[in-house]
Amino acid sequence: MNWLSQTLASSLGKKLIMALTGLFLILFLTGHLIGNLQLLKDDGGQAFNEYAKFMTTTPIVKILSYLTYISIILHVIYSLILTINNLKSRPIKYAVNRQSENSVWTSRNMGILGTLILIFLVIHLRSFWYEMHFGSIPTIAYEGGGQIKNLYLIVVEAFSHLWYVILYVVSMVALAFHLTHGFQSAFQTLGLRHLKYTPLIKIAGLLFAILVPALFALQPVYLYLKNL
Amino acid sequence: MYFKLKIWRQKSPEDKGGFQFYELDDVSPDMSFLEMIDVLNESLEIKGVEPVHFDHDCREGICGTCSMFINGRPHGPQRGVTTCQLHMRSFNDGDTITIEPWRARSFPVIKDLVVDRSAFDRIIQAGGFVSVSTGGVPDANEIPISTNIANEAMDAASCIGCGACVAACKNASAMLFVAAKISQLALLPQGKIEAASRAENMVVQMDSEGFGTCTNTEACVAECPKEIGLVHIARMNREYFFAKQSSENISLR
Ligand code: SF4
Ligand code: FES
Repeated sequence: MNWLSQTLASSLGKKLIMALTGLFLILFLTGHLIGNLQLLKDDGGQAFNEYAKFMTTTPIVKILSYLTYISIILHVIYSLILTINNLKSRPIKYAVNRQSENSVWTSRNMGILGTLILIFLVIHLRSFWYEMHFGSIPTIAYEGGGQIKNLYLIVVEAFSHLWYVILYVVSMVALAFHLTHGFQSAFQTLGLRHLKYTPLIKIAGLLFAILVPALFALQPVYLYLKNL
Repeated sequence: MYFKLKIWRQKSPEDKGGFQFYELDDVSPDMSFLEMIDVLNESLEIKGVEPVHFDHDCREGICGTCSMFINGRPHGPQRGVTTCQLHMRSFNDGDTITIEPWRARSFPVIKDLVVDRSAFDRIIQAGGFVSVSTGGVPDANEIPISTNIANEAMDAASCIGCGACVAACKNASAMLFVAAKISQLALLPQGKIEAASRAENMVVQMDSEGFGTCTNTEACVAECPKEIGLVHIARMNREYFFAKQSSENISLR
């Protein structure tokens, strides 16, 4: 094995991949959220549709979106590899184990939270990403632009179902808990720990973990109530 | 004090093992946990029953041998202590106390509560040597080291290799132990010379011993009797990543 693949195959190398892909996905979430906030505009979906067109046709965004796909896939695969190996590292469990005395629940259950997020992601991508890329979406014409896909219509339709809104809200709670551990954990894995900056990272991580999923969850709730 | 004890008994590494129940009365609250086991063993011996095997040596919290998973936590309910420093007053009269060996693929049970921790020794060996000048005795304080650095290196050096970090970790990861050892030498000028190869070799050895991988749950830090901090794991990660991209060791496993 050459030195690079040996590094990435080591325990710390796998953690490095988890941390880097996780941080990239945090950046992605930020961008995705900014786009989604267009849904709150009261313009019949114009800003949102233009954003959706921008996201699917601009070359630089294309590159970023491929990086996002790769990050998601690597994050999932490496978490599976690590989890399986970690389970094997303790073949006989304790009869009594008071883990809650020494660690927080979220930090021990990133796999469960991640699985919930992954299930959500599949449903979410099927509903919107797949429709946008491969589905037949009605188009709409705006002043100064040609015909563009009216994804807004699909979104509004989807969020008129209560169960779908609930699914989104619950998934965002899972995402929030995943982020409370993941955000600061990524910095620790990269070795970025400092008396001055770590407290800031922890606060930023907590704010991010609360605000971003809350704002994501706001969209379906808002659209549902608006179109009641 | 009166206690019901549920203790893991296992004749040999191959034996399946299981829990045995014992009752013990007239336990002084000022006894250490190990003394309580001594009393139990005396009573067992009188009855002709094989005493409970357990590791112990210094009985003053500095050797790290007294490994016992007590009521779901390494070294019992108290923070920052080893089993030998734990006293029976930390329990309530009439409690049932469950005692198990460390559980990890890399720490196989030898007998009862005794586990084989030589994986730790092999990790230390993999760290290799530290270059020293073999000339005359150097003057004290010849190499200037700031107090902060000296203190932090001392904190890392206080690791007693007990394995509670592995025992507590849900992944049975040895990273706190390895980090303490790497950190201790990486901080000091004397250890800087071989710092890169030390970090690389110790991590390779840690992986090949079959320990799990840290997920930053921080359980190790909470259970470490010497309160070794996460800052050392972060330093190990930095040392390792830096070593990997800068060293010329390209033929490592
Ligand atoms: S780091 Fe702490 S818990 Fe781990 S072996 Fe050293 S002293 Fe024991
Ligand atoms: S017997 Fe030495 S630390 Fe407990």
